[in-house]
Amino acid sequence: MSLTDRVMGDRQQLAYIASQAADARLNVELETEGMTLNIGPQHPATHGTLRIIARLDGEQVVWAEPSCGYMHRGYEKLTEVRTYPQVTTLVNRIDWLGSFANEVPFILAAEKLMEVEAPPRAQHIRTILFELSRIANVSLFLGDLGVQLGAITPVFLAFRDREYVLNLIESATGGRFHPNFDRIGGLKDDLPAGWIDETRAVMKKLRGFCDQIEDLLFGNEIFQSRTRGIGVIPRDVALQYGLSGANLRASGVDWDLRRDHQLPMAWNKADWKVWTHPDGDSFARCWIRLQETRESTKIVDQLLGSIPAGPVMAKVPKIIKVPEGEAWVSTENPLGEMGYYIVSRGDLGPFRVKIRSASFNNISITPWLLRGVYVPDIVTILASLYFILGDIDR
Amino acid sequence: MSTTSNTQPRITSVAEVKAALGDRLVDSFHKEDLWLRVRTDSWKSSMRTLRDTLGFHYFCFLSAIDWMPSPYGRGEDDPTEPAPERDTTIRQGYAGGETRMQVFVRVMNPVTHVSVIVKVDVPDDSLTIESIHDVYAGANWHERETHEMFGIKFDGHPDLRNMYLPIDFEGFPLRKDFPLLARMVKPWPGIVDVEPLPGGDDNQGGDE
Repeated sequence: MSLTDRVMGDRQQLAYIASQAADARLNVELETEGMTLNIGPQHPATHGTLRIIARLDGEQVVWAEPSCGYMHRGYEKLTEVRTYPQVTTLVNRIDWLGSFANEVPFILAAEKLMEVEAPPRAQHIRTILFELSRIANVSLFLGDLGVQLGAITPVFLAFRDREYVLNLIESATGGRFHPNFDRIGGLKDDLPAGWIDETRAVMKKLRGFCDQIEDLLFGNEIFQSRTRGIGVIPRDVALQYGLSGANLRASGVDWDLRRDHQLPMAWNKADWKVWTHPDGDSFARCWIRLQETRESTKIVDQLLGSIPAGPVMAKVPKIIKVPEGEAWVSTENPLGEMGYYIVSRGDLGPFRVKIRSASFNNISITPWLLRGVYVPDIVTILASLYFILGDIDR
Repeated sequence: MSTTSNTQPRITSVAEVKAALGDRLVDSFHKEDLWLRVRTDSWKSSMRTLRDTLGFHYFCFLSAIDWMPSPYGRGEDDPTEPAPERDTTIRQGYAGGETRMQVFVRVMNPVTHVSVIVKVDVPDDSLTIESIHDVYAGANWHERETHEMFGIKFDGHPDLRNMYLPIDFEGFPLRKDFPLLARMVKPWPGIVDVEPLPGGDDNQGGDE
């Protein structure tokens, strides 16, 4: 396969040849009969209802194919019959663990077409809430990861500490899971009194949570042996499939939209680091997410100290009509690059919206990635790729 | 936080793209982002050139646009009344076009973080264009989705099975002439959508 030849490094190539040789020996010794294994639609590793059909030879996968569509809600069609403010209610439900982050790129794209910019205070609070939804999302991943590999404790810690973050989001926006707080031109409301101090305390707790998870999981020998070297995605393959977020950075691509795109948000006002990992395996993907959660708490901490005064809403007409044009805006969401391509015809609602969700691309690599892995590693790989079903099916 | 990438321009120059694509480039449009339109018969070779010569290795997405305005408007008609006459003249967007359906794709250079949106006309009679799944492996699923939603065929695609809809589903949901059935049976209650903004009067929102 030419692609494989081109992208593999020497070390990976040798490992690949060795594994092929071992398989060939095995197949000569044992006459095995293929079987088809069905995983899901209901399975703890699928974060919703993704079904994987795998063709096995002994313990090895020879062919695997995810089957989507159990949660297809047709949002792209629905946006064409909604007004712009009504669309945020829909897009909230794409990645339901980090809902607020889904609203932001859509609002930014609409603002770009209208040539409106949110006031500095709104941009600042948007960024804080964006990072809080990332923490809520990824902390669940860190807990869930343990469960899928057989460790029960981390999930209890994760649910305990995620609760604090959800409480913060609720007290600021009124919604735990679906805030629907972002408006074209700013935010629905200002922050409640005492919220900043509360948030600081929670960020401290969350950093403690990260340390705990690192001690419990990442240093654990079983965890390491189950994730190191499993599901290796080389850099070029990751780019070709359009992987983004932590999955791409774990393959050594130093690209983070928060840093690399100029968006009217406040990330450039904080001092933080984009982590990458050279290995591209399941461990790298998990490790990157752990580091990113820490960075997020740092971003929130710094931004809390420098919220500018002023209004949270720019002057926008009450009936929002977006001028004719096309715009694309994407942001670095918890799951990866999420963007909206809006085509406007100067109407009350969009003419066409293409929703580019991160999980769709992230999971499209699975037929390539699962080929040749062993059955228990399917779960490791799916867990480490980290997808949300609503984000695949839309 | 490094600032190196912020100082780099997001957009490659049109001249550079023109030099690489030659007469395969039909039209371009530059406004914050860069839009290109390439000739239909050169779709795959253009994408290959963009990837290999200009380094657009990162595949973001592929989808299609149906430029015909919907005969059902925005789905706000009363289903019991006869539908009003609507203008369904086809008018394409940035970088122009000649056909009702257009496929568009966004790719990025992972080193310079420059990105382009490339559009291509899909012939009205055959509704077929080349598949680019062997240029960008990620296009495989996106083409499947586009085929399912718009009925556009991708020549050379290994497997255009439905992703979301049942196998025997008829019609292509994202085409503009496909009605949203929920709106056909019951009037939409959300036509009136006015949320009071903080401190706003009748015409102006805002915190004043």
